[in-house]
Amino acid sequence: MLRLSRTARLMLISVVCLILLFMYVPLFVLILNSFNESQISGWPIRGFSTKWWEFARTYKPIRDALLNSVLVASGSVIIASILGTLVAFAMKGFTFFGKGTVNILVVLPIALPGVVTGVAFSNTYSNFLSPTGFNIGYFGMIVAHATFCIVMVFNNVFARLRRMNPNLQEASADLGAGLWQTFRLVTFPQFRTSFAAGALLAFALSFDEVVVTIFTAPPGIDTLPLWILKEVGRPNQASVVNVVATVVIVLSLVPVYISQRLARAQENEN
Amino acid sequence: MSDTSMSRQRRPISSYLLRRPKVRLLGLLALPMTWIVGVYILSLFLLLVTAFWNVDPFTSLVSPAFNLENFRLIFTNSAYIATSIRTLFIALAVTTVCVVFAVPLGIFMAKIASPRLRNALAVAITLPLWAGYLVKVIAMRLVFTEEGFFNWLMAPLGIRGPGFSIPIVILTLTYLWFPYMALPVYTAIRQIPPILFDASSDMGAKGFVTVYRVVLPLIVPAIIAGSVFTFSLSLGDYLAARFTGGSTQMIGSIIAANINLNPPVAAAYSMVPITFVVIYLMVARRTGSLERM
Repeated sequence: MLRLSRTARLMLISVVCLILLFMYVPLFVLILNSFNESQISGWPIRGFSTKWWEFARTYKPIRDALLNSVLVASGSVIIASILGTLVAFAMKGFTFFGKGTVNILVVLPIALPGVVTGVAFSNTYSNFLSPTGFNIGYFGMIVAHATFCIVMVFNNVFARLRRMNPNLQEASADLGAGLWQTFRLVTFPQFRTSFAAGALLAFALSFDEVVVTIFTAPPGIDTLPLWILKEVGRPNQASVVNVVATVVIVLSLVPVYISQRLARAQENEN
Repeated sequence: MSDTSMSRQRRPISSYLLRRPKVRLLGLLALPMTWIVGVYILSLFLLLVTAFWNVDPFTSLVSPAFNLENFRLIFTNSAYIATSIRTLFIALAVTTVCVVFAVPLGIFMAKIASPRLRNALAVAITLPLWAGYLVKVIAMRLVFTEEGFFNWLMAPLGIRGPGFSIPIVILTLTYLWFPYMALPVYTAIRQIPPILFDASSDMGAKGFVTVYRVVLPLIVPAIIAGSVFTFSLSLGDYLAARFTGGSTQMIGSIIAANINLNPPVAAAYSMVPITFVVIYLMVARRTGSLERM
């Protein structure tokens, strides 16, 4: 056992409490400020009011931004799920020259700073594609998001494939099933929870992304984080930002809950 | 036998592919590699190319050229150099603060807390990761603003916060990335065999000596793995500086400010964080810590 004196223990406990306060107090300050009657956020809260919630509920720019976020995240997840799964199968079933490079290529979009990825896409879109008359517009965001989401699906599916029994696929082939039939009836059911978990992470990543989005969003189009970003700078409606941020915090609990359920389902499968 | 031969005839594509693994591999990799190389790597390459280009002073459009002017600017202009150094300092400071808090937290969770408390703490540390990047930045902004929570809390003691400045940027980035350090450090401490603690204690080592001479050397790989996140993520960040840093500028601030006005300069300056991150990854790789990630 680790022998610690009383004072050492007390010090450790106070450090842990300090960390917890540091992690949660800002979030609570934010949530409580969404009920602040005043336009200017601060502490202590001047008066309790739900007027910013009422305001946010019907405010069109927020709804549009939310819709855009969902659209972009869904589009990127669909692309990233297909590409990530394909790479996972290649990395699992084969040894080939340049395997390490493929691995790095998949991780790179998330390993490099977001500002670099964003600037790279923005530069390609506006200085190379636009001059040739091709305007990528809305799809530019989805392309960028899909690129850094691939790794999420890849990681999850690959981890599962590594633990799968390859004999089942061979057995299926021996019994006369085609590759597609084997995939549909034998392979996919074995990794679908990991696939769903990866897709969920990718969705959350895209939904939360802001830096790459700043550089790739077409003018006049806001995702939810972009809308928050624009509003924080303005002094007028600061409290409504806190409402949206609170909604984001609450929404973030949904994937946590689902991923817990998926993790349990995965344990049962093994 | 006749069954398989029949199905072979029925599924010509499958049997063709089954006999040719190389074609299968090509089929699997074609689409994803076309996407990543054709979209992402090409964009990075074009960014590098743009770094050598000019902005036409009359049309303010980017025009192809080959000059090193942009690179000369970022390596000789004192504002660019100062920003690079400041950003590097902030990223290292964030990493240090994360380590300083992650180690006692990990020791408490792994060695002192009851299993129940341990699990609760693990959840409590992971949960904010999901809460949204921008949400956390504006939460910190609310805490440290002039009329904010921190100044209110400290008012009875006569203390006022520093206002939006570099220390608050470091704190905000720590707030954002702390779980990436805390979780691997905690996992590593849990994996230390209990016998080592007994042995250290039997030989008369007190708690701090054990932590310093047994625990720390064993968790270095985890600290390096965590630092890859805290360091690279801080290095590329600029929204924390924008919202909690007052006039503090980081590398990202300057890249973002230039991307529309002067894309070649933005492109050239983008090579600085890429270089820092690659060097850091290579050093981390040499220590063999990345295999654990």
